[in-house]
Amino acid sequence: MRKYLLKRIFYLFLTLFIVATATFFLMKLMPGTPLQNEAKLTPSEKASILAQYGLDKPVWLQYLIYIGGIFKGSLGLSFQFSDQAVSYLIGSRMGPSMQLGGQAMVVGVIFGIILGAVGAIRKDTWADRLATVVSILGIAVPSFVLAILLQYYLGLKLGWFPVAGWQGFVYSILPTLALAASPLAETARFIRTDMVDVLSSDYIELAKAKGLSKFGIVYHHALRNSLIPMVTLIGPLAAALMTGSMVVENIFSVPGIGEQFVKSILVNDYPTIMGVTIFYSALLCLLLLLTDIVYGIIDPRIRLSGNGD
Amino acid sequence: MENPENVIEVRNLQIDFHTYAGEVKAIRDVSFDLRKGETLAIVGESGSGKSVTTRSLMGLLAPNAVIKNGSIMFHGEDIIKKSEKEMQHIRGKDIAMIFQDPMTSLDPTMRIGMQIAEPLMKHKGLKKKEAIAQALEMLKLVGITNPEGRINDYPYQFSGGMRQRIVIAIALVCYPEVLIADEPTTALDVTIQAQILDLMKDLQNRIDTSIIFITHDLGVVAGMADRVAVMYAGKIVEYGTVDEIFFNPQHPYTWGLLNSMPTLDTEGGSLTAIPGTPPDLLDPPVGDAFAARSDYAMKIDTEKEPPFFKVSDTHYAATWLLHPDAPKVTPPAEIVRRQKKFAAMEKPEPPIKKETKE
Ligand SMILES: Nc1ncnc2c1ncn2[C@@H]1O[C@H](COP(=O)(O)OP(=O)(O)OP(=O)(O)O)[C@@H](O)[C@H]1O
Ligand SMILES: [Mg+2]
Repeated sequence: MRKYLLKRIFYLFLTLFIVATATFFLMKLMPGTPLQNEAKLTPSEKASILAQYGLDKPVWLQYLIYIGGIFKGSLGLSFQFSDQAVSYLIGSRMGPSMQLGGQAMVVGVIFGIILGAVGAIRKDTWADRLATVVSILGIAVPSFVLAILLQYYLGLKLGWFPVAGWQGFVYSILPTLALAASPLAETARFIRTDMVDVLSSDYIELAKAKGLSKFGIVYHHALRNSLIPMVTLIGPLAAALMTGSMVVENIFSVPGIGEQFVKSILVNDYPTIMGVTIFYSALLCLLLLLTDIVYGIIDPRIRLSGNGD
Repeated sequence: MENPENVIEVRNLQIDFHTYAGEVKAIRDVSFDLRKGETLAIVGESGSGKSVTTRSLMGLLAPNAVIKNGSIMFHGEDIIKKSEKEMQHIRGKDIAMIFQDPMTSLDPTMRIGMQIAEPLMKHKGLKKKEAIAQALEMLKLVGITNPEGRINDYPYQFSGGMRQRIVIAIALVCYPEVLIADEPTTALDVTIQAQILDLMKDLQNRIDTSIIFITHDLGVVAGMADRVAVMYAGKIVEYGTVDEIFFNPQHPYTWGLLNSMPTLDTEGGSLTAIPGTPPDLLDPPVGDAFAARSDYAMKIDTEKEPPFFKVSDTHYAATWLLHPDAPKVTPPAEIVRRQKKFAAMEKPEPPIKKETKE
């Protein structure tokens, strides 16, 4: 186990390194420069600003300098925010993003489980078909479309929720819903497939033969067995939430990391782009590692075959 | 109930399955009784309808099943007419079931103590603690060593034979009147098989339950059952006591089954499989369904269905060979040998110990 963990952690860092490298060079391929009013600057002003940020050096050298910085524990300074440290920027914006992500995950997973379970239990009925349509829509409709629809109808037209901003829980409701759609759909689809399998298994047959009610069978046996493999879904769901947050936070003006990230891309704020990318990658890698560890622990318990005594 | 000795009376049961290909006529007019405290074996080839018959007793037929006709009387009431809710009060309490594969029939995510306790909580209204205490007693009864230490274990921590003991504990924990065992030992290796069968016999005496024992292994039947019903293509073709079926069989299908069964005193080389395959139940043949595979088929077998002919008070067989006008035929040599043995047994001697793996 220890050896396995060390190996995994090594691979985690290797992954992060590759991600950082790829992002760095891809980022340099983006058009434009970090200079905001480039047209008004004289060539000498421009040159001096670029030199100040080290952007006059060849790209490979910039890369080495950046990586060197990371090994010293620094993500660099942001270009756009009067030279704030990127790490500070991420830290100060983490709150809203984590809150949104967490809420969306909880809402999405809970309702996804309910939807998926109903689909499996009422297989091939209108309820199942409805659940399938909902989950297909949740996967197919991009979160920005949903976000705009929610904003327009529930926010602007009906006035039930604030249209945008971040001044308390009510402000988080619409962005949470917009973000939750994708994990909800993924969960529903996963649980339905899984539970159809589980419901046709021998131990469910035995549960029926015990005289348990439909609800008892689902609640005590089917659900638990369908939920365990869902551990593997945590990684993909988190990834979906991260990408979703970038658009959704922008649409609802939520001061989170995602909003920051998109802005940084638009103005070529290289250090922030790199910082956020590395931060998100690290978060995702950690989640995946955690998933594998948790699954490794519960796996012997869910193995159907195998010998005990 | 026609007979107070009976726990279950099945009459004229007819079950179809809706499929895309048409109506599968899986059970075609089946009638039988289950007596108090007896073990009734139902034998027959794969697809003959053994499982469907017994599942109908539990009200656990597949959704595409239609009960076309018949009644299943239990405690003077027809099970077929009961609602799902009413059946839930019978299942696991009055009629319990053991399944074929112990490796897959336990919930992998639930401690075995809880799995045994569940029926008690459902049917006897016991609190979890009391139920677990009784589950512990049950674990002892089915011969799990160190039950206190194992009651909180998960199924994966047990071997196949141990798991089947746990499945039996679950089935018997409410002391059911009827236990249905659908090939309970097929998935186990031979030594474990014998242990499980012994356990079932032992528990049957203690708990006083009637057992319906399904198998296609006739070797197991001899040591286990009191009476045997032979099924073929959705019908019972012959039934009688174990001795009558084993030593004085009348239906050519029963002959075929016995002929294909290895025994300790089989004379060398007389082991033969029944030729051909069972008929398609989408369109069952007229007359005796076994005629197409039988060396003893007569013209009437393809025209008219044979009724049950009485061989003794306890022994009936549905074959035209028993009709008074039928020509006398000589069964296969192995069957003749068995019948000779039977004739000797008819004399008031203690029954001969039969070929069991004890
Ligand atoms: N859900 C179903 N839909 C259609 N046909 C079915 C269904 N269940 C059973 N049958 C058919 O009913 C017949 C009897 O099946 P059953 O399972 O009772 O056989 P069996 O005697 O138990 O055989 P085995 O020894 O293989 O368990 C078979 O022809 C089978 O194909
Ligand atoms: Mg069967």
